[in-house]
Amino acid sequence: MLRCKECKPVELRLSHGLSHPGQRHTASSCPLYVHVIDGRSPAMAEATTSQKCKDENERFPMMDWSQYDTFPGSFEKCSLMTAALTHVGMYLLMFLGFVNQLLFKPKVATERNREGYAPLYNPFEQFFSRYVYRRVRHCFNRPISSTPGAELTLKERHTDDYNWSFRFTGTEKRCINLGSYNYLGFAEASGPCAEAAEAAARRYGLALASSRGELGSTALHDELERTTADFLGVEAAVVFGMGFATNALGLPGLLGGGALVLSDENNHASLILGLRLARVAVRVFRHNDVRHCERLARAALAEGRWTKVVIVVEGVYSMEGSVAPLAALVALKKRLGLYLYLDEAHSVGAMGPRGRGVTDHCGVSPRDVDVLMGTFTKSFGAAGGYIAGSRRLVEWVRGRCHAHGYAHAMSPPVAAQVLAAMRAISSPVGLQRVARLRDNTHHFRRRLREMGAITFGHEDSPVVPMLVYTFSKMAATVERLTERGLATVGVGYPATPLNKARIRFCLSAAHSRAQIDRCLDSIEAVVQEVGLRYSRR
Amino acid sequence: MILMDIYDTASWWTLVIAAQVVIGSAYFLWTKKKREPEDKLTYKKFNEWKPLPLVEYDLKVDEPPLMGKIDENVLNVGATSFLNFDKEPQIMESAIASLHKYGVGSCGPRGFYGTIDVHLELEERLAKFLQVEETCVYSYGFSTMASAIPAYAKKGDIIFADEKVWFAIQKGIEASRSNVKYFKHNDMKDLERLLEEGVQKKELHPKRRAFIIVEAIYYNSGKMCPLRKVVELARRYKLRIMLDESLSIGVIGKNGRGLTEHLNVPRDEVDLIMGSLEHSFATIGGFCAGTHFIVEHQRLSGLGYCFSASLPPMLTQAAISALDILETKPVVIKELDEVSVKLNKALDNLKHYTYSGHELSPVKHVYLKDDISHNDKQSYLKKITKYCMEKGIAMTTAAYLVDQEVKCPEPSIRLASNRKLTNDNIKQICELLDEAYEKVGPK
Ligand SMILES: Cc1ncc(COP(=O)(O)O)c(C=O)c1O
Repeated sequence: MLRCKECKPVELRLSHGLSHPGQRHTASSCPLYVHVIDGRSPAMAEATTSQKCKDENERFPMMDWSQYDTFPGSFEKCSLMTAALTHVGMYLLMFLGFVNQLLFKPKVATERNREGYAPLYNPFEQFFSRYVYRRVRHCFNRPISSTPGAELTLKERHTDDYNWSFRFTGTEKRCINLGSYNYLGFAEASGPCAEAAEAAARRYGLALASSRGELGSTALHDELERTTADFLGVEAAVVFGMGFATNALGLPGLLGGGALVLSDENNHASLILGLRLARVAVRVFRHNDVRHCERLARAALAEGRWTKVVIVVEGVYSMEGSVAPLAALVALKKRLGLYLYLDEAHSVGAMGPRGRGVTDHCGVSPRDVDVLMGTFTKSFGAAGGYIAGSRRLVEWVRGRCHAHGYAHAMSPPVAAQVLAAMRAISSPVGLQRVARLRDNTHHFRRRLREMGAITFGHEDSPVVPMLVYTFSKMAATVERLTERGLATVGVGYPATPLNKARIRFCLSAAHSRAQIDRCLDSIEAVVQEVGLRYSRR
Repeated sequence: MILMDIYDTASWWTLVIAAQVVIGSAYFLWTKKKREPEDKLTYKKFNEWKPLPLVEYDLKVDEPPLMGKIDENVLNVGATSFLNFDKEPQIMESAIASLHKYGVGSCGPRGFYGTIDVHLELEERLAKFLQVEETCVYSYGFSTMASAIPAYAKKGDIIFADEKVWFAIQKGIEASRSNVKYFKHNDMKDLERLLEEGVQKKELHPKRRAFIIVEAIYYNSGKMCPLRKVVELARRYKLRIMLDESLSIGVIGKNGRGLTEHLNVPRDEVDLIMGSLEHSFATIGGFCAGTHFIVEHQRLSGLGYCFSASLPPMLTQAAISALDILETKPVVIKELDEVSVKLNKALDNLKHYTYSGHELSPVKHVYLKDDISHNDKQSYLKKITKYCMEKGIAMTTAAYLVDQEVKCPEPSIRLASNRKLTNDNIKQICELLDEAYEKVGPK
């Protein structure tokens, strides 16, 4: 039973609605933020006691999920009609592209002096990027010329040839930024963080030109590692120069032959790459579906040929805006003797009443998660990543993972920025930022819902995907929002399923309520104009 | 002719649609009809389940020395900032100005508002400097090679690579899941033999994508790649070339454009040039350079490019300022090359060591002569570097994960040459190495 020292034990019900009693009760609304799961896992104790009096060949009981919050996030389905139209639209787009390809020579560079070589690219990939992706190319890779703060300056581009090429118009446009991962607003060009970064640059230089294992360690790195560990509430941490590389190079050192990984279907590319490089067996469970995960884990235990089973999940999923049901996963892993690898790229700093990530948000002790991984790119407004956990684990990571010896050390000014931001989060002013982010998120999500748009994920997640389904609507929405001074991100295939294109809003503590309201008004107008009221709730 | 084309294209096209229909309906039926598979986990099985600990045994890692600024209090010949750009005030000031304009992080991948004008400027400047059509910038040196290779090489392709390519390339090859054949280090005869063998065994044919991956100057040995021969073989057997110029950019060639300039190989012969900005540029990041046709592809399929936040603007600016210096004062390259040559001469006279490294290579590997085991060598070399550190010269043994390397190089001390090394410095380094050997080396 999940209980808090202050609140009475609460019953957590699974609900697919957005008002989720269990959800609302967990950490974020508890005044003391001291949610703990009672001592040892009761499920484990129960399993061992009942074990003695039962027949060996009897089925080991399943988890009793009713005690846990297993809400996977809200994923409202669209009507069949919308789904069908989306598919037809996609095929139509492809068909037109196909005709286009037959009739006109594409205006693209071709390879020179390589006649008789095997073609370098897969024809479908090329077709897709030329005739489908090209139509929406103007929504991506848009250059900016300012800090990616609450607002940003967009450098405007123009195309004369249907997005084959762009040229700069020389004009700029100031937009409210709902696209960057600047959750806590630490992307600032001045202030304590920038000053700390400048001081570190002057003290240590811009780079150490050596790896951490060789001559790239400074007192600053050490300090950052200690502070990170304290911040997360674990024994030790190790930091790397890039978040992507933390996963891609950390996982292979951590996992090896004989391990089985249960991986969420929406895991980030870096996790997938890391697992591939680790050469471990991987089984994929449905997004945030702890029951499916349990079934896979039980099947693996029954097979009896794995040395260990590791669950790999993210804290907040960047495309779905959903939060991992961490308390349930921890209970599962404790009961079955599994391990948990948690990627907190989007959640550290942004989630939980104290900004310590999803562990804080779900009221789980960070020491119950075996490997805490996260990046400094998002909430901390810097770059890099960390792996944290027990001292033993971190020592192992230093010795076995690829990044420590081969990849160059984190740049000192970047490390200083992280340190300054991390310290700020622990201060009252920082906590205000965390609270403001949550308020902004709740307000934003509520208004979108009232507009009748479909949003995915959890109420508390600062990543808010709004479903538009088709590529063309995605482009139309992004264009119209830009016209109204709102920089947002559209995401489509291949980052999402083919028919689930969406607009993704990333909220920030840097946004004032007035800015958010201005955004919402613009969004409302565009939702009306483009026809995005898909919700049937 | 056009009919042929239609037929060709239409065939895969129909296949795609047919496959989608089949998969779609199968999926539909499968999700609807599938019964839960029988759950066989019994108490007995559960009791037998004894998971190994996640961390299987305690590992003790040597504490690396804590450094200040590169060269603070010590003479640092381990850090690979060959051109001494870490100490150029011009670079530092421009980076700090950039910090006060953009802040530290870019808070997004290139696709999603992480493309800042300095990134575009750096790409343009690099392209101009390297005389290629296009470049793209990555946010970490290691991930550049590890992402660029699998963007082109896929399952079913074949890669010929030097056995001593550095770890990032090995990981890139592994991530690509291509069939890989490693040839003997810098041995063109062996490469030719493998290629010939490939043709004989029908592994290498014009329908199969094939690549050669080499480094201009090998990080793991300091040797220089005989690029002309590689190009000749590649053209003969129809392979594409990927060249890692990490250690040669800003180092060799009259203008510091790397091996292609040094050996006068037309840039077009090399399909993709990869490089790191973490050595002579003394910042963070990496780049890929080549024709528009080649490089543009990475912007959609380079994993580390698409799925990671872009390089912090201030570090990007540092690379731009480094290019400014390289372009206006090419003399720094000459200074470095002179030091590298002198260093080789001095290393020739070492009493207790052998070394490897082309005379123009900015890294030299110093090996023990003794006939002892790998681990012993490693630990003696560690002692030697520690001794040297105490005496005021910072150097480092090359760090390798012995069981992860394709062919683990011999333990060595990796010396990095630097344009500011004086004759006295060089003499001191060599004397200290010999002295350390006598004091703490194997007797
Ligand atoms: C879950 C997850 N892990 C890792 C990363 C990579 O982090 P970085 O951008 O610092 O390389 C991301 C970034 O998008 C992410 O979403």
